[in-house]
Amino acid sequence: MKELLSGNEAVARGAVEAGVKVAVAYPGTPSTEILETIAERHRSVYAQWSPNEKVAFEVGIGASLGGGRALVTMKHVGLNVAADPLMTFAYTGVNAGFVVVSADDPEMHSSQNEQDNRIFARFAGIPFFEPADSQESKDMLLAGFEVSERFDTPVMLRMTTRISHTKAIVELGEPVNVPERKFVKDPAKYVMIPSNARVRHQVLSQRLLELRKFSEETEWNRIESNGSPVGIIAGGVAYQHAKEIAPDFDYFKIGFGFPLPLERIRKFVVAHNIVLVVEELEPFYEEQLKIAGIHVEGKKYFGNLGELNPTRVAQGFYDAGLIKSVVRPEIEAESLFPRPPVLCPGCPHRGAFMALRKLGVAVTGDIGCYTLGMLKPLNALDTCICMGASIGNAIGIEKVNGSAKGTVAVIGDSTFFHSGITGLLDAIYNQSNVTVMILDNGATAMTGGQEHPGTGHTLMGAPATRTDIETLVKALGVKNCRSVDPYDYEATLKAIEEETRNPGPSVIVTHRPCVLMPKRIMDEPFVVDLELCNACSACFRISCPAIAASSETNERGHPKAVIDETTCTGCMLCAQICPTEAIVLKSKFVAA
Amino acid sequence: MTNNIHNILIVGVGGQGVLLASEIISDVAMRSGMDVKKSEVHGMSQRGGVVTSHVRIGKKVYSPLIQEGETDFLMAFEQAEGLRAINWMRKDGIAIISRSSLVPAIVTSSKKFTYPDDAVAEIKKKLAKVIAVDADKIAAELGNPRLVNTILIGVLSSYLPFDPNLWIETIKSLVKPKLVDINLTALERGRDISHETIHT
Repeated sequence: MKELLSGNEAVARGAVEAGVKVAVAYPGTPSTEILETIAERHRSVYAQWSPNEKVAFEVGIGASLGGGRALVTMKHVGLNVAADPLMTFAYTGVNAGFVVVSADDPEMHSSQNEQDNRIFARFAGIPFFEPADSQESKDMLLAGFEVSERFDTPVMLRMTTRISHTKAIVELGEPVNVPERKFVKDPAKYVMIPSNARVRHQVLSQRLLELRKFSEETEWNRIESNGSPVGIIAGGVAYQHAKEIAPDFDYFKIGFGFPLPLERIRKFVVAHNIVLVVEELEPFYEEQLKIAGIHVEGKKYFGNLGELNPTRVAQGFYDAGLIKSVVRPEIEAESLFPRPPVLCPGCPHRGAFMALRKLGVAVTGDIGCYTLGMLKPLNALDTCICMGASIGNAIGIEKVNGSAKGTVAVIGDSTFFHSGITGLLDAIYNQSNVTVMILDNGATAMTGGQEHPGTGHTLMGAPATRTDIETLVKALGVKNCRSVDPYDYEATLKAIEEETRNPGPSVIVTHRPCVLMPKRIMDEPFVVDLELCNACSACFRISCPAIAASSETNERGHPKAVIDETTCTGCMLCAQICPTEAIVLKSKFVAA
Repeated sequence: MTNNIHNILIVGVGGQGVLLASEIISDVAMRSGMDVKKSEVHGMSQRGGVVTSHVRIGKKVYSPLIQEGETDFLMAFEQAEGLRAINWMRKDGIAIISRSSLVPAIVTSSKKFTYPDDAVAEIKKKLAKVIAVDADKIAAELGNPRLVNTILIGVLSSYLPFDPNLWIETIKSLVKPKLVDINLTALERGRDISHETIHT
């Protein structure tokens, strides 16, 4: 049976075929759909969102030690959060199989960096598979579990955006029989006190030698021979781009990427006149081959920034003298206005950013939809580093500057649960004067509205104990904690003004559901009374996609505003800042 | 067509239905026994930003991405986005452009940027085969603004070598039951438009 599946959907299907007992993650583009698909279509696998990737990884370790195959998925930067358990789990090894999916994001389509997590696998000393399409995404997950159990090691399945989010045809398989395992007490293996860890580090070194032998033998590393004097070494989507441009070259297709099959590659290189490594981001394969004295080139022709595509690979082949011509576009690109992503019409974050912009305070930001508050014309966010960073960043700025206007950290509900709580604890412990705004929209919104500890539901739809943000904040020791309606512009402005003046840490929580959630906020749209509108453009500057320029202008030729009734949610923010009160509820509007 | 591959580029603005359109086209390709890959980026691009989907259909498809300048069919849900993608087209490619325009806040709130006066006319200067569709108007006539998607697919479907019944089957399987009939009508309207265009 064949299905059209994305790489992520294929991994979800693979979880069923591999007999995974526990699948656990924190949402993160481009990995999110793996667990969503399991929860929607493959309910024989228990799946859960954890508050962050470190906890998710630790739950996965527990599941493996408990005797069930464990799948843990995350975006590339999620593995930074989970690096602590990863580095030591590599020492202990597994009981039942353990695979971590690292979905990297070359080009940073939806990320703050484009780190290459193949390096993480080598750093930790764990093997990784690198699928080149959806079929391999599924099949390599199954192979990953076999390798994990056979060699007693966690295994990484390293995907990228173009593998995770490309749909391709997949031949489905049947679920495999997985031997039953139980939790077995084995402190020498699992309790990493120094004396045990020293032994386990030796085990890890020995294991890597065994894995290198496996890499030399496995079919996942294969030669495709076309009798060409040119050899290409590639894995993942880079292999596909290269095949697209030059299907007749010889290929060393890497599917099992660490440890590398150095001897097989050495023979392949010797048998060809020239061999190039085509890989995205870092020269991960190239450097290891060069260190082993194997004569290859790669980054010289392809660069190490951004994602590869057929055009870039063709240019590299051309520069290396391997192909005679490249396709040049026949039509020149047009220079047009930019269309950056924006906060949705009615987005409850907008009110907070309108107020912050007005006050001109230093605003440290975090990861989520609200990062969009930095874009023109809102221009209301000054930093964005990583999940949870806003609070620590604000504390540091405030310790140095003691800004009279105050320093405000802006963080979403899901991000606060992920890694904002410890930052807030620091602010309390070290008596920082920061103000923390927790923008609670009841969802992990940026990745598509997933549940989290504050929503009252689990990934699989079961009711859950809802962690109340204010109760938690007060329990941590915050004395100034209040909530405000972000649709009430004046109240939001006043709350921030007052709390930034209050000594000690303050928390302002805004509670309004994400507008993309199934329930609409207010049903009636607003309209612009063109008689009253004086084309001042104040409403344009709040960056609402429902507000556009009308064809009517004022005496100086400036356009008046018009509101798209189908997308307006009736949040009222524009009506509150309109100086001429030209923006009114549709039902209250009386045409002249 | 390059190397017997149909390269279809679908562009629009987050929320317009680009992803469903590429899903339907890819599904039809699979049902007809062809290899297919479709690639797009989720995440930030959903929030009112540009959405681009590459669909590649052929006997064997390697890269999920079209090479710049190799697009056979461009399907644009928004006319300025059609113009933005023009460099991806082959000169003899076919562009199917919905005459809808969405002017972003960054244009209305600053004097630095302008929205093109007539994007379709600009596209026609560069391409011989352009089908501009009043898709919003037709969808409104049919009673559901969401039908823009199916109307454009209807236009495209006449140019692809698939059995017309496959489009019907796929729509039946991917669309909610109560919306099937109206979507099939929209598909037919789209097919009529392309037929008229071929003959004039």
